[in-house]
Amino acid sequence: MNLLILSWNYIKAKPLNTLLNTLLMGLGIAIILVLILLSTQLEENFDKNKRGVDLVVGAKGSPLQLILANIYHIDFPTGNIKLEEAKSLTRNRLIKSAIPLALGDNYRGFRIVGTNHDYVNLYEGKVAEGDLWSYNLEAVIGERVAKQLKLEIGDTFFGAHGLSVADMAHEGKSYRVVGILEPSGSVLDQLILTNIESVWVVHEHEEEDHEEDHEHEPALGSAYETGLPDGDEEDEITAMLLQFRSPLGAVQLPRMINSNTNMQAASPAFETQRLFSLLGIGVDLLRSFAYIIIAIAGLSIFISLFNALKDRKYDLAIMRSLGASRAKLFVHVILEGIIITILGGGLGFLLGHGLTEFLAGTYEKSSEIGITGFIFVNQEIYVLFFSISVGFLAAIIPAIQAYKTDISKVLAQD
Amino acid sequence: MISIDQLQFNYAHHKVLSIPHLEVNEQEHLLVLGTSGSGKTTLLHMMAGLLEPTHGSITVGQTNLYGLAASERDKYRGQNIGLVFQKSHLISALNVEDNLLLAQYLAGAAQDRGRIHEVLEELGLLAKKKKSVKALSQGEQQRVTIARALLNRPRLILADEPTASLDDANASKVINLLKEQAKHNGASLLIATHDQRVKDQFELQLNLSAQ
Repeated sequence: MNLLILSWNYIKAKPLNTLLNTLLMGLGIAIILVLILLSTQLEENFDKNKRGVDLVVGAKGSPLQLILANIYHIDFPTGNIKLEEAKSLTRNRLIKSAIPLALGDNYRGFRIVGTNHDYVNLYEGKVAEGDLWSYNLEAVIGERVAKQLKLEIGDTFFGAHGLSVADMAHEGKSYRVVGILEPSGSVLDQLILTNIESVWVVHEHEEEDHEEDHEHEPALGSAYETGLPDGDEEDEITAMLLQFRSPLGAVQLPRMINSNTNMQAASPAFETQRLFSLLGIGVDLLRSFAYIIIAIAGLSIFISLFNALKDRKYDLAIMRSLGASRAKLFVHVILEGIIITILGGGLGFLLGHGLTEFLAGTYEKSSEIGITGFIFVNQEIYVLFFSISVGFLAAIIPAIQAYKTDISKVLAQD
Repeated sequence: MISIDQLQFNYAHHKVLSIPHLEVNEQEHLLVLGTSGSGKTTLLHMMAGLLEPTHGSITVGQTNLYGLAASERDKYRGQNIGLVFQKSHLISALNVEDNLLLAQYLAGAAQDRGRIHEVLEELGLLAKKKKSVKALSQGEQQRVTIARALLNRPRLILADEPTASLDDANASKVINLLKEQAKHNGASLLIATHDQRVKDQFELQLNLSAQ
């Protein structure tokens, strides 16, 4: 027998009260944990993917859409820009590097991105098997692509027009897998990478309607390692990821691009911040709702302890007469509040992580981003401390009452 | 064993309970008689260290009860004084054995299941060891309280109206049990009661109503 067992027995003696208090506490904590898990993983993912990109240049439209389409590959592109115009922009002395992107096709839901090797280096991608592409129609696939589609080196596939699964396939030119990347936790994991020319070739082929047949000689890409490819006036790319040479670029370039060209420039840092502040309103609302539930749980624990105290008075007096000090009874009542909140915390922990995993499994996009319920975030410890202190606070007034019990008076009353 | 000197307790309404001197020797039994309101319970609580007297001292064994710090006094009571009340006052959230374990734990004594077994056996309660106290009859509950009071081998047993809620048969059983167990454990026994049935069974008597 000790105080823990004693308090536990009192909790067990009132199963319905305990159930209510634990459920309330658990629900509040679960909501907070889901929010914490989702937002930290989302922010981490967003930060990781925009690293090293100062500015995205693409067709005019929504700047947020430009960022979401070209950095995170979750939205549709705003349109295309002329290769010539992009090229002339890269001659600007404020630009240190420019990575071109050509989007538009997919293979079974995974986006085919025409680009150069700089794009892989940007995310510190490493080749697990095979090599990076150099000839047209050679493809390097991310780890998730390989795993999910069971593609291996040497396999061939046809791209489909558009960015979602059901679109029409280009049945003329097939890609050949030459390399598979190691998992990097970035967007690379779910992309199919190739030369920009490959993307052109696939489309050209369709437009020219089998006029020519150049399948026999694979052409070496004109800029597969770095820079922009050669092309004619008609050729287009989707966007460019820019890096500034100096902070001055951040001041001059966006305004220059937006007012003097047919292109649009958007800052990933600014746009993601804007996105999170928009999402933040909803998150804050939900979070305050969760804290209200926890506060009500605390109140409910307080009320049940306080009400029980009337019947407990004799018990407490008897315990004193058996040799318990005032301090011991104080701890006994506090422990009861804390045990209930720990039970609620445990329930909330399971619910929160379970719900996050469930949500991640239900929505395809969230599992693509890499959200999982099986991860522990440091912030959770603060939530645990917070809930234990709620239990402590809820129990403190009843505990003081227990501390002050006048044994002689209580015992003489019967 | 217990000695009272110049004891005085002032109630809120100018009423005063005073006992100039009282001594009970080891293994002696004392019956405190009096109508309700005569101060029996007050005296008992003061002797148990539950209620501080206005003046005077109470010595149990060699220890001046009110010379001790409050938490020391709680501990001394747990280890040396067994209390039996009119109502059984067991902890209903616990079973019979856990109630007794709690008494050992709170007194700071070793938790000795062998001793619990022994005491329950002496009081014929062995079959009820794992029973919830709510499932016991009133007489059984009272016997568990007695078991609890005897558990830590107290030097002094204080009983406040132990027979008031019992019928004749059970009342005399309880009194015999208390006397027997006090003797068995070498403890002094002090019973406060207004129950006339008990009166003839004790030589040493203190009548508070007569004062």
